[in-house]
Amino acid sequence: MTHPADTTDATFDADVLQSDTPVLVDFWAPWCGPCRMVAPIVEELAGEYEGRVKFVKLNTDENPKIASQFGIRSIPTLLVFKGGEIAGQIVGFRPKSDLAKRLDAVL
Amino acid sequence: MEQIDIAIIGGGPAGIAAGIYGARGMRRTVLFERAVLGGQIATTGDVENYPGFPDGINGLDLALAMHRQAEQFGAETRYESVTAIRQEPPYIILTTDEGEVQAKTVIVTAGAEPNKLGVPGESELVGKGVSYCATCDAAFFRGVPVALVGGGDAALDEALFTTRYASKVYVIHRRDTLRASQILQDRALAHPKIEFIWDTVVEQVNGTDAVTNLTLRNLKTEQTSELPVAAMFVFIGQTPNSDVLGGLVPLDNGGHVLVNLWMETPVPGLFAAGDLRAEAAKQLVSAAGDGVTAAIRAEHYISDHFDHRE
Repeated sequence: MTHPADTTDATFDADVLQSDTPVLVDFWAPWCGPCRMVAPIVEELAGEYEGRVKFVKLNTDENPKIASQFGIRSIPTLLVFKGGEIAGQIVGFRPKSDLAKRLDAVL
Repeated sequence: MEQIDIAIIGGGPAGIAAGIYGARGMRRTVLFERAVLGGQIATTGDVENYPGFPDGINGLDLALAMHRQAEQFGAETRYESVTAIRQEPPYIILTTDEGEVQAKTVIVTAGAEPNKLGVPGESELVGKGVSYCATCDAAFFRGVPVALVGGGDAALDEALFTTRYASKVYVIHRRDTLRASQILQDRALAHPKIEFIWDTVVEQVNGTDAVTNLTLRNLKTEQTSELPVAAMFVFIGQTPNSDVLGGLVPLDNGGHVLVNLWMETPVPGLFAAGDLRAEAAKQLVSAAGDGVTAAIRAEHYISDHFDHRE
């Protein structure tokens, strides 16, 4: 298990858009129960894809700028970025194998 | 092939409760969850009717606590989808997206999935204002009007929750009476932010990047109208997730699994419990109770059919 690091409005550009490796961003908020349930799955994947995909999480309450820039209207939402562009979007709950497929697609 | 004593399919309250009993009974117990733990309580706010919590408890906290309890006794959780179940007596073989496992007993607690309206614009705008989880998404719609479709307990519960954020909550219901419990009806009808739109259905969800308005049709007058809202939350019942049991066990007309009072299906060693089974009360506490009943019977089944041979 690997805990994804926090990214913020201030660090998003450097953490995600300028990243050399693909990045999975987990959009969450403290009041969102289902987001807490997605976290362990994301942590398992973070371990399995270590070194190949970077995993970060963004608190949409504290970082409204990025959340609104990407039109996040539903959480949990996972976005996969490659070369500064969105390469995959997952809204709501999906099986772990589906998430893995989205990551394999950008590698 | 890997062997499991008690395989549980579905990590909601029924499955987790079965996991606690199975693992505490020193049986090798594995919980298969295809998405996230908690089942329907993962998307519920506060639970006021679970015995032992007179002040209510957050649904998710309860689910997490139950799951921690199951893990403490040794139950294992795997985030895998079970795609097929077949008999290979005396075992039951599960096919998952990671491979096959051989189980002495299987307890299916796969629950139910929220129904969709099936109207134009709905699937296109999921995540852009169309939602099946007000607890997850209501906070994105602060100070704006939203609509909620349905008339049962879930619909009114979520409508009341949504009033914390929205400027106005329109509850659109196809009839002129509610199915919800009286206590929720009283609260919703009295709420200054909630307005009911009776005898009405949603014909279309409009918007490109975000929901802008709904096209409504009154079933009595046949008149159509436009309702400007930023979101539509849908709570119109559920369909049981019994597909994986297709052809293996008898179902009722609604797709629920027929079981006896021990949660047994006609297939030896195969159980169904919780909202998936026929005649269920569809409550958190009854689902947990079902899971426990199935786990106790599964334990008896294993000792009768396997232990004497080993």
